[in-house]
Amino acid sequence: MDLISDLLTYFINNGSYVWEQFFRHFLMSAYGVLFAAIVGIPVGILIARYARLSSVVLSLANVIQTIPALAMLAVLMLVMGLGTNTVVFALFLYSLLPIIKNTYTGIRNVDHTLIESGKAMGMTKWQILRMVEIPLSLSVIMAGLRTALVITIGIATIGTFIGAGGLGDIIMRGTNAQDGTAIILAGAIPTALMAVIADVIMGWLERSLMPVKKKKQGRNTQEEATA
Amino acid sequence: MLKFEHVSKKYKGGKIAVSNLNLEFKKGEFIVFIGPSGCGKTTTMKMINRLIEPTEGKIFINGEDIMEKDPVKLRREIGYVIQQIGLFPHMTIQENISLVLKLLKWPEEKRKKRAEELLSLVDMTPDYLERYPHELSGGQQQRIGVLRALAADQPLILMDEPFGALDPITRDALQDEFKNLQKKLDKTIVFVTHDMDEALKLADKIVILRDGQLVQCGTPEEILREPADEFVEEFIGKERLVQAKPNITTVEQIMNAHPVTITSDEQLSNAITVMKTNRVDSLLVIDKEGVLEGYIDVEAIDQNRKKAKSVADILNPDTFSVQKDALVRDTIRQILKKGLKYVPVVDEQKHLVGIVTRTSLVDIVYDSIWGDEELERAQ
Ligand SMILES: Nc1ncnc2c1ncn2[C@@H]1O[C@H](COP(=O)(O)OP(=O)(O)O)[C@@H](O)[C@H]1O
Ligand SMILES: [Mg+2]
Repeated sequence: MDLISDLLTYFINNGSYVWEQFFRHFLMSAYGVLFAAIVGIPVGILIARYARLSSVVLSLANVIQTIPALAMLAVLMLVMGLGTNTVVFALFLYSLLPIIKNTYTGIRNVDHTLIESGKAMGMTKWQILRMVEIPLSLSVIMAGLRTALVITIGIATIGTFIGAGGLGDIIMRGTNAQDGTAIILAGAIPTALMAVIADVIMGWLERSLMPVKKKKQGRNTQEEATA
Repeated sequence: MLKFEHVSKKYKGGKIAVSNLNLEFKKGEFIVFIGPSGCGKTTTMKMINRLIEPTEGKIFINGEDIMEKDPVKLRREIGYVIQQIGLFPHMTIQENISLVLKLLKWPEEKRKKRAEELLSLVDMTPDYLERYPHELSGGQQQRIGVLRALAADQPLILMDEPFGALDPITRDALQDEFKNLQKKLDKTIVFVTHDMDEALKLADKIVILRDGQLVQCGTPEEILREPADEFVEEFIGKERLVQAKPNITTVEQIMNAHPVTITSDEQLSNAITVMKTNRVDSLLVIDKEGVLEGYIDVEAIDQNRKKAKSVADILNPDTFSVQKDALVRDTIRQILKKGLKYVPVVDEQKHLVGIVTRTSLVDIVYDSIWGDEELERAQ
């Protein structure tokens, strides 16, 4: 009981500080994913076209993914210095794999007969991409963004080590303070909450972008239709 | 309208899918390519809209070499329907139907009107316009697939086994609908199938392919009447050939080419001898050039034995005859209607070339009714 009241007290006393860090944390994650999407989606489309590139690019992104987060931050810090930009860049790197991979898979899985139909009707390559391939793989691409966002929200907590702020800051304070369990939770719970909310919202977006739609009918039937 | 000149296609890896195809078709023809799986039908068809490019030879549409046209522009002028239907699942029926129009930059208003107009061609109500493909049955989806190919009023339409995946009843209905539509709209159709019944039902011209080579090209009647070789015969099937026999066989093919004749200047006594030796009760009378003049029969000889001397005296010139290329079907009808025992067969200059008797017709009827059973029994 103590713990919960301690926690509440912390939130009441430091409400604006927690909110600020929450927001900062979210922005870092979102920017990381955004930049990764700007780079990753076109790369994914490209390697879906040129199958020979795909194995090189995907294994490269895979390697990035396996580097431990702290090690990555340390290396980047040596090059880019302390601060938010370094963290955003790290998050960008971690987001690349899920985004590239899902874009690649999404585009590759578009039914070949549909692409040929489009071509036979006189669509240019660009029109096929814009009117057929992207709309039909949008929900898979969105699933990649969703994974990336959840990953980055988790990783962003260590941004505090290089002075980038975020909810990690609160957790660090808790570990440094005597009897800081409540403070640790005050940082950890909003982080978890953010990840869950992001997951739910992105999941909803993903479903609403499914190519097979039924009008005026609930989500459940939509899922059935595409299952 | 459509012309193939020495067209060949060799795939990477050396597979020769089509070799040295030479064909020419007229506007408004319903052309059906048929052959066993893997014989190059799809390849041939896709070369027309350059989804596949020929390795050799040229294809002309209205005299224009298709390789000299912009492929995107070319394809917008050619309708395309495939077995997998290929409607876009994320677009409404209206968007699907009018997609080519959108590519051609028609304004939205006109696109919608055109889609409605097309939908009425297949008796579907406008409320389908706002639906999505997966809400429609397979037959309805393929109707939309066909409409999509008609949207821009393309003069040429390619169809690759479009009805192949449908159940037999829907297929039959769509075939009928489509054949009517084609006649009404005066389109040139290139249609691929491996179903002979479908080909015979729809085609003006059938092109039979085997291993990438042309085996035979002709109207359904021509192909049924004179299959080019055993392969074609087998492909058409014994049953269909026999069934089709009275409909496509000419009297020349079944007639007796050695009718018993006599010339008109012969003595009657000679005529009687000829009848006796051949055991017939009438004789066809011809002149020196072999032109049919009429007939004489036992009755006439009997009645006029006293007065008449030569065949010419009792000749009955009022003879019904048929041309040698007349259809057996029609001849049977005539014989039954007129109650004849036989019909002489003549060529264009009225030269007598043979005779069709009731007996020879019975043979055909036998063939088409019991032919198969007898074959089976013989085996
Ligand atoms: N892209 C390709 N590469 C290599 N061989 C092919 C290709 N497409 C078709 N073929 C071969 O060419 C032949 C003709 O194919 P196709 O035109 O599809 O036949 P059909 O439509 O009559 O069944 C087949 O033997 C097939 O295996
Ligand atoms: Mg085929």
